[in-house]
Amino acid sequence: MLAKMVDFNGWDMPVEYPASIGCGIINEHMAVRTGVGIFDVSHMGDIRLAGPQALAAVQHISMNDASRLAVGQAQYSALLYPQGTFVDDVIVHRLGEDEYLLVINAGTREKDFNWVRDNTRQFDCAVENLSDDFTQIAIQGPKAVNVLQKLTDADLSAVKFYWVTRGTVCGLKNILIARTGYTAEDGFEIYVPADEATSARVWNEILNAGKEFSLVPCGLGARNTLRLEGKLPLYSHEISDTINVWEAGLDRFCKMEKPEFVGRAALEKAKSEGVTRTLVGLEMVERGIARDGYKVLDGGAREIGYVTSGSPAPFLKKNIALAYVPLEFAAVGTALKVEIRGQGVGAAVVPTPFYRRPKKA
Amino acid sequence: MGYPTDRKYTKEHEWIQASGTSAAIGITDHAQEALGDIVFVELPKVGAELAAGKTFGSVESVKAVSDLYAPASGTVTEVNNELATSPENVNKDPHGSWMMKITLKNPGELDGLLSSADYEKFVAEEI
Repeated sequence: MLAKMVDFNGWDMPVEYPASIGCGIINEHMAVRTGVGIFDVSHMGDIRLAGPQALAAVQHISMNDASRLAVGQAQYSALLYPQGTFVDDVIVHRLGEDEYLLVINAGTREKDFNWVRDNTRQFDCAVENLSDDFTQIAIQGPKAVNVLQKLTDADLSAVKFYWVTRGTVCGLKNILIARTGYTAEDGFEIYVPADEATSARVWNEILNAGKEFSLVPCGLGARNTLRLEGKLPLYSHEISDTINVWEAGLDRFCKMEKPEFVGRAALEKAKSEGVTRTLVGLEMVERGIARDGYKVLDGGAREIGYVTSGSPAPFLKKNIALAYVPLEFAAVGTALKVEIRGQGVGAAVVPTPFYRRPKKA
Repeated sequence: MGYPTDRKYTKEHEWIQASGTSAAIGITDHAQEALGDIVFVELPKVGAELAAGKTFGSVESVKAVSDLYAPASGTVTEVNNELATSPENVNKDPHGSWMMKITLKNPGELDGLLSSADYEKFVAEEI
């Protein structure tokens, strides 16, 4: 498809598809906000935990409360180091009574798998790395349900956000269909067998089925701007092995009422000591685009923090950023500056997420 | 893709179109294609002195920042202010969207730049 490719953690990934077929990051982004787009996200990793103590294992290694999951339900969670910082963020899917699927990030696949395996040895539960078994395709946007419904016998209207089902997709039986995504939009992620011919056939059938909805293929570029507008964290940017849960503002996915999980003791201590920095949303009020790694300055041009992700926001038509700053600079409305090519450019702390999808009428 | 033959090109993907000692400067079709959706163009002020091969500004797409390099030395006489509000013009018409005009310090510098045919060959080899 002549996409612009980039090396992403060792994967050849499309950044964006060509303008000649109606793509480019802005068009791809807008298609997902207003219609539908598809993403090849095969680089994501998959770890299956199954066995009598699968729940206990998942509870031990993840910060959210997996005991609340019904079969067929999924939750956003994270794997933590003992110091309360991030191994990775994950989506935990409960596929059966004693079967869980963790979907993890590309750059951290091997690290995550080794970490999960090493930290679950005491449980009666098999841990399998299924990362190479699936091609993961994300169909995202308000029209995603219309496109995918044409290709499956599963009743998608019965699948709520962050639930999963199985069905025949493009003639392939028993395909896992999850109503999840990384775009801050409604959508689905399907897991099809990884062989190239099958993956390509499914991809092309989705493209065809989506024609009447003006579906476009989308690359990593749009995936990044979409998730940024929705303030969805990206590993090694908003979360990492040096940032803890409280700083990242992911409190609501961390269930301290669970008696035990890796990282819990450190988080309890960190909470009692109080956090000193926090993730905030910035909007540029002067002309300029904040980029990953740029310095954040206070009114007196003193360096106080840094940008974790910054970009033009194609749907909001603003230049936005996420940044770590000391708590005293985190209040909405605080005037700050971002250093761009040696110049302090005006920015303001704004509420997040920058974008929230409209509730269905 | 035909690159206009009425101008010279650099390996940094700028073009320069001279008429006497005055010259217009922009970026090539290949450059805009590689950058993707252009959302921001930062240019020097009228009166600024450019030195050949040195950066004079930057162009930003959604995903990246790229420096702009002066194809020749000179003094900025005019800046295309339309690009401040419509940077996407560079995507739509890269060879028509000049960024600024300069008075050349030494028109002979242009002799060292690439012809349209040489630039096209350079781009083909770079890919």
